[in-house]
Amino acid sequence: MTPSDQSSTHVLANAAPSDVKPGDSPKTYLDSNELIINMGPQHPATHGVLRVILKLDGERVLGTECVIGYLHRGVEKIAENRTYAMFNPYVDRMDYVAAVSNGLGYCEAVEKLLNVEAPARAKFIRVILTELNRIASHQLWLGTHALDIGAMTPLFYTFRDREEILKIFEKYCGARLTTHAFRIGGCQYETYAGFEKEVKNFVKFVTPKIDEYEALLTNNRIWMERTKNVGVISGKDCVALGVTGPVLRASGVKWDVRKAQPYAAYSEFEFDIPVGTKGDTYDRYLVRMAEIRQSLRIIEQAVNGIPEGPIMAKVPKVIKPPIGEIYHSIESPKGELGYFIVSDGTTQPYRLRVRPPSFVNLQALDVMVRGLLVADVVAVIGTIDIVLGEVDR
Amino acid sequence: MPDFITSYLGSILTPGEAGNQFWALVYVFIIFAGVSVAVMSMNWLERKALAHFQIRLGPMRTGPHGLLQPIADAIKLLLKEDLIPAGADRFVFWVAPLIGLLAAFAVYTVIPFGPSQAVSDMNIGILFMLGVSSLGVLGVVVAGWASNSNYPLIGALRSSAQMVSYEVAMGLAVVSAILMTSLNETGTGTLSMIGIVRAQQEQGVWFIFKFFPLGLIAFIIFAVAMVAETNRAPFDMAEAESELTAGYHTEYSGLRWSLFMLAEYAAMISVSSIAVTLWLGGWMRPFPRLLHAPAWDLVFSLFPGLTFLGLASIALVGVVRMPRHAFFKVQKIGLAGFCAVLGFISLLLLLIAIAGRSNNNIASRLNESVGYIYWFLLKVAVFMYLFIWYRATWPRYRFDQLMRVGWKVLLPISLTVLVLTAIVGVLFS
Amino acid sequence: MTEETKSPVPPPALNTTGEDNSATKVAPVNAAAASKSEGPVPLPWASPLVEKYRSQYGSGIEAQTYLGQNYITADSTLIHNFLRQLRDDDQFDFCVDITAAHYPKREKQFEVIWILYSFARNERLRVKVKIADGASIPSSISIWPTTNWLEREVFDMFGIQFEGHPDLKRILLPDGWKGHPLRKDYGILQQDQEWVQINLGIESGQ
Repeated sequence: MTPSDQSSTHVLANAAPSDVKPGDSPKTYLDSNELIINMGPQHPATHGVLRVILKLDGERVLGTECVIGYLHRGVEKIAENRTYAMFNPYVDRMDYVAAVSNGLGYCEAVEKLLNVEAPARAKFIRVILTELNRIASHQLWLGTHALDIGAMTPLFYTFRDREEILKIFEKYCGARLTTHAFRIGGCQYETYAGFEKEVKNFVKFVTPKIDEYEALLTNNRIWMERTKNVGVISGKDCVALGVTGPVLRASGVKWDVRKAQPYAAYSEFEFDIPVGTKGDTYDRYLVRMAEIRQSLRIIEQAVNGIPEGPIMAKVPKVIKPPIGEIYHSIESPKGELGYFIVSDGTTQPYRLRVRPPSFVNLQALDVMVRGLLVADVVAVIGTIDIVLGEVDR
Repeated sequence: MPDFITSYLGSILTPGEAGNQFWALVYVFIIFAGVSVAVMSMNWLERKALAHFQIRLGPMRTGPHGLLQPIADAIKLLLKEDLIPAGADRFVFWVAPLIGLLAAFAVYTVIPFGPSQAVSDMNIGILFMLGVSSLGVLGVVVAGWASNSNYPLIGALRSSAQMVSYEVAMGLAVVSAILMTSLNETGTGTLSMIGIVRAQQEQGVWFIFKFFPLGLIAFIIFAVAMVAETNRAPFDMAEAESELTAGYHTEYSGLRWSLFMLAEYAAMISVSSIAVTLWLGGWMRPFPRLLHAPAWDLVFSLFPGLTFLGLASIALVGVVRMPRHAFFKVQKIGLAGFCAVLGFISLLLLLIAIAGRSNNNIASRLNESVGYIYWFLLKVAVFMYLFIWYRATWPRYRFDQLMRVGWKVLLPISLTVLVLTAIVGVLFS
Repeated sequence: MTEETKSPVPPPALNTTGEDNSATKVAPVNAAAASKSEGPVPLPWASPLVEKYRSQYGSGIEAQTYLGQNYITADSTLIHNFLRQLRDDDQFDFCVDITAAHYPKREKQFEVIWILYSFARNERLRVKVKIADGASIPSSISIWPTTNWLEREVFDMFGIQFEGHPDLKRILLPDGWKGHPLRKDYGILQQDQEWVQINLGIESGQ
């Protein structure tokens, strides 16, 4: 079975993509056994503690099953036992590669529940940091994805440049990775002296670096052979499987929460939504590279137009939202990151649900790798861009 | 001195041809020690060069600029616990790295570092070399099977399929080079490694430039196939780290694992030697005919000494740039000592080069030998560097793509080149 | 688009009784919270979509809007058809999430919530259904394949059975685990000691 003749109706026809049935093999040879192999939880290419059980016919993948939960910390249960403000740092620990995005989603959800709005300046700071974080996340993705496919060098280049973003974070809020950059109602910290200049310098610094990554990979013959027509998923399947983010866009669905339902200050900026056509790994690579450039565009606009004013809205010291429930989602680097909060009028959330993009996107792995080779599984896991901290929560 | 030692000294034959077992043994020891040292320095060089490709420093702590890192690695690997998986076939598991190592080292018996600087000059040299070097795959397959584990098994199967399919294209490329050796008055070619270099000498052209571009294409095919043959990036599926954790040697540790590494690097050097011998004129210095004058001879004979002088001066720069701090004192002394050794070697070589101008028999012969070995090793070193460069630059091929390249691209091209070489050879000679 | 970017502030409630009349709301834990009157309140939501389903299902569905977000509470018997219709007729083709909440004091302890999104309408909608402990609801895998893992997670965390799910087993917790951690009667420090002792060989994971 070639990747292209995976029927696009496969998902809907086979309601449970993740189950591995014995009779699935498209071709079994006389007296041949299927090889069951455990990829993970300790494996160099599963980006953490993901365990994928592969059923192989030679090197061809007949089916996969993901076993997750090795990193489960019960974030949602913890939320029910912490006040709204206390829970804020916990969300950074989910998608630790894009901690700022997580914080943004959570703060905005609670703000919505409180029916307050962050001041304009805070919103701009949020946009700048979140977009920087998106770039950092995509850089980390690119490095590890390229490493999975065997190109070692881009990893070090992307980490070198990601460092500049982390330096800005560190200067802004003291933390590099789990930033806890935002507070409910706005931002805790005013920008430090020279923040705008540093961000502008970063944009100037990183633009040629992105060309450098592309020079290493985009037209590299082996890269193209390894990624084109690998892990193809149609837009229809993406929607059916709830896949969001760059994976969805690479399949040709032009949808981005930042445009569809703008939050923070995104409605004030001009940017494009890059889309792919084929929905293969190469398209996803191109979409993410284009997204980095769009993020730079947003950052530039935001830094130039950052208004003066307060950075914190009037929020009571003890946050006690009225009884009610709210769902708020943002476009995290991985896809739609949503928070569903039920308040019972006390200081602690009654129920807090995180809609993790990595978790939902990972479900598509089975559809994407069936019929491909072992090497492609690694490429596809990389291209979905999962963070196990978020998958398992 | 006993006769069997002295009688060989004036000979222009290899010890194997001269029937002198003593000197053959000496050569074997020298080559074994030399290859081991080469593998260790290659290990250091690879880590360093790769690091600099990747904006890192690489090993820096063990000795000045990590120069002692290979030794530290070797000690670590020797002292490491030697694990054998519970379900493994213990004997086969034990013997597998030895097979690989033996195959990798056996080929060195016919590698001509110079017209007489080889253990032996077999009349089937190139066949012996291809045959024995492809025995290395046996070690890989056996290792994968004996580990009783899935990843090694897949790695071993990949590697065997890969080696077998690239062997074909490689062999055909080699045949087209051998065909070129027969373009002389007698019309007979040779399989002897020394004979192949001699043929290039007689025809006055390296085979890479012969019947341009036929020789070049054959060379390129060989250069691609040899990377696949040695399981190096971008064809390192057999040990693809991100896919198969470590491929066939996943279950190996300590000394056994280091034997695999030793075999891999030794094989890299030996296949590069084949390429150098067949297409790049072996031990010959550049332009032996065009720039044939005593002055040119002197200039080219200064190269070995100057190379070491360059290395010594790099070390000297390292010494000078070493921070002035008590912590670096030992390193500084070490690097200075290293610099002094390099400088001494370079002086020695320059002395030989200058003394070699006179008609003093011993000095001029020594000078010639140094030149042969130097040019041969320099060409091989270029290939070694290319191996590192490939690894830093390219992503890994997928298995089916690799097979496609082997069977559908390289094989037809090498067949065509072979046929064309034959036709052109008949028409133009 | 009825989305909340402009966030129309609902008129302040005139009477305190108007606030927690909705059965969809949490049973107030303390009286102080219930007596707060300034907060926005859920309002009945009227739209052509609601009218359509109201005429079909009658009192089986109840539509409300809170802070500009719409939700429909449906009866558990008609939920499957209702969801299918939402996807097929009203283009809610993207099931963003399924989750649940546990209200131990209620008669029907669990609330299962589908968060839906329509690309064509750029509109979000939440569908809720209330079920009792031990009751099961039809799985929506045949409607949105994405709900496979999401339903498994709800089962894992709350112990809600989804009928017709092909592979309803734990997803985040280990297979042999006892208890469903997101239930309110499951303490935050509680764990399956027996499982820990057998599988990890330690006294306690705490």
